Amino acid sequence: MAAVAVAQQQGPARRSARRQGQHHLQSLVFLVPGAVLLVAIVIWPAIATVRYSFYNGTATKAVGFSNYKSLFSTADTLIAVRNNVIWVLVFPFIVTVMGLVFAVLSEHIRWSTAFKTIIFLPIVFSVTASSLVFTQIFQLDPHVGVLNAIVQTVDDYFHPPGAYPLSAGQSAASLATSGVVAGPHGTLESSAAVRAGETVRMGLTGVSPDTLTVLGARQARLPAPSAGAVTGLVWRDFSVSNPSNVSGVLPGEDGFTNLHVALLRSDGSTAATTTTDAFGRFVFPNVGPGPFRVQIEASNFTPSFSGTFWLGPQSLTPTGSLSQTAQALLSVPLIDISEILAYLWIWAGFTMVVVAAGLAALDREALEAAHVDGATEWQTFRRVTIPMLAPVLTVVFVTMVINVLKIFDIVVNLGIDSSQPGGQSSTLASDVYYLGFGGGVHTGLASALAVILFVLVVPAMLFNLKRISGK
Amino acid sequence: MTVTAVAAAPQVEAEAPEQARRFLRRIRPSRVVVNVVLGAIALFWLVPTLSMMIISFRPSGLFEVSGWWKVFSAPSQLTIQNYKELFTGGSSTVLGGGVPSGIAPGSVLDALRTSLEISIPATILVTVIASLTAYSIVFGRWRGRNAVFLTIVGLMVVPLQVALIPVASLYKDMGSAFGWNPFGTITGVVIFHVAFGLPFGVFLMRNFYTGIPTALIEAGRIDGAGEWTLFRRVVIPLGVAAAASLAIFQFIWVWNDLLVCLVFLGGDPHVPLTLFLYDQERTLAANFWIISTGSMVSIVVPLIVFLAFQRHFVRGMLAGAVK
Repeated sequence: MAAVAVAQQQGPARRSARRQGQHHLQSLVFLVPGAVLLVAIVIWPAIATVRYSFYNGTATKAVGFSNYKSLFSTADTLIAVRNNVIWVLVFPFIVTVMGLVFAVLSEHIRWSTAFKTIIFLPIVFSVTASSLVFTQIFQLDPHVGVLNAIVQTVDDYFHPPGAYPLSAGQSAASLATSGVVAGPHGTLESSAAVRAGETVRMGLTGVSPDTLTVLGARQARLPAPSAGAVTGLVWRDFSVSNPSNVSGVLPGEDGFTNLHVALLRSDGSTAATTTTDAFGRFVFPNVGPGPFRVQIEASNFTPSFSGTFWLGPQSLTPTGSLSQTAQALLSVPLIDISEILAYLWIWAGFTMVVVAAGLAALDREALEAAHVDGATEWQTFRRVTIPMLAPVLTVVFVTMVINVLKIFDIVVNLGIDSSQPGGQSSTLASDVYYLGFGGGVHTGLASALAVILFVLVVPAMLFNLKRISGK
Repeated sequence: MTVTAVAAAPQVEAEAPEQARRFLRRIRPSRVVVNVVLGAIALFWLVPTLSMMIISFRPSGLFEVSGWWKVFSAPSQLTIQNYKELFTGGSSTVLGGGVPSGIAPGSVLDALRTSLEISIPATILVTVIASLTAYSIVFGRWRGRNAVFLTIVGLMVVPLQVALIPVASLYKDMGSAFGWNPFGTITGVVIFHVAFGLPFGVFLMRNFYTGIPTALIEAGRIDGAGEWTLFRRVVIPLGVAAAASLAIFQFIWVWNDLLVCLVFLGGDPHVPLTLFLYDQERTLAANFWIISTGSMVSIVVPLIVFLAFQRHFVRGMLAGAVK
């Protein structure tokens, strides 16, 4: 090293000139491996793709613009374009703002290194591994998916499920068997009017004996009539040993325990409410002359929470008089939102670190001057910090736009089925893969899509070139 | 002129001036609120990783019975059974009332090895070739160096989807022409990764090398040193930090890739971890406990690399903000 540092000017000029030539040649040789790879694997294939895009599905016959025409006229591509538009409109903006907020706020805490490491860590994981975690977080079953478990806890607090939740598609009226008719708003009512001193029998079916056993129900028992009181029984009116005997209280038939019942006057107002005991019996003591009806409240049958399938086919569709195609193109699938959430978790650390580096390089004097001039925190942030960070924020934003234009990994991992061409969450990049390699291969269409993808990236490329050559 | 002075000059990451830091700390709205909010965010950010970890250590039989968060009320449930099963293969005699995992014996070890076989050569080759190219662009004397550099900058954002189909057929053509078909081989994947890693690599190394005084190289040339000697003895030692950034960045990038492997190795019995997980997810969709265990295995290597070389990685990331 020392020998190199000491410049030795002597030596015949001719030899030196010959050496110069050698140097040029040698340094040009250094370029060869990189140039060969870039030309053979990046540049030439990119040109070949443009050529393929004008050929048929097996690259054997030129077909002009027909691939492009068919791409722009099929719903599959339009859905992919819609999803790319959603990604580009939503993701880069949010992730940049998150990075900015995290970077600025973490300047105010002592443990900022730990905080930044925690936020940054997901970048190091493969999108495949992260997607697997989020597949499980987004699961429908609240025993598996933490998101639905949280929603369930909140939902159960505000809408507690009844003791006898109806399953999907089941109505309260379908439970009525003997002495019971459907009432308004999912209630059940005794079919005959009842007066003080009488006993009413209400037979229900459609609830499994196991459910009753779990709730602590016992063999149904008719209550004794009592003067001045309306008494009654709600029981499971089905006996395996004697299925034809409807309305009789038979051995093996359990009472509906813990059922909320109400006594209604003839004008429909509530006179009293009570709850059945383990044998299915209830008593409304000291009631007036009547006549009354007994109502089984709808709350007994409130279905339990049935989760949101975050990766499912639902979407936020604009309602109204739009055509079906327009609705499909303007709707935002729930799975896109879930994927964007997962992707924010992955990339917010990146934007935060880049913005933090920009923040650290800010001109301290401008901030100080704003402070001295009496600017508030918010004013300083809004009028001084943000404008000074603008170049960094732009770079971050453009980087994220490029990133999501090519969005692939998270889409195929979180929506294995719905990322297929034409699927809810398919994107241009996933379509290129499936059309090019995933079965039903059509190199012409896949290449045309790849060309479109490339054209979309060109503005970002020019932005980079301008920025870097301007330095 | 000292070597250290040169090496310190082209730092990519801007070090925060201590005064600026102190100033930014002074303008605090409400320290407590910020601490609480960021604490909540940090906890929130840890949940996915934590859940994956807990699931991998819980008995498979509990998976659909109770959520992973129930572990906090019964920590004694934790077991390494899933890891045993993942590495020894789908034995049907699973302990703890488990469910057969469906993982072929030895497949995860094979995937680990394949990931290394792809990532290590791809990392070394990109670092070496990018350094050579950058040297030629910065210190060479041929015409059009700037044009070549700008072309390479332009290539940085080219979506690799653009090249997949022609390269796949190029590989197959090589098979029929030379009897050597890189399609479906690790070599084919490595070549593709190296080519698409080069633009960023050259960009990063070039930015570093422009900070090395040309006079140093000129002096060496006059001194009679060949280009190779100058590269090896002067430029490489000075550029170790940048090369490390590039290597770490490239390693994690390649390790985590799915698309390239999917195209060039799909259907091959020897697949890297990402593809292994992707296949498991497709075939055993419900067996999350074993897939989570596999995910844990797949993140261990990049995690170690990241934690060991955090500064280098972040520096590479900042330089590559355009990738």
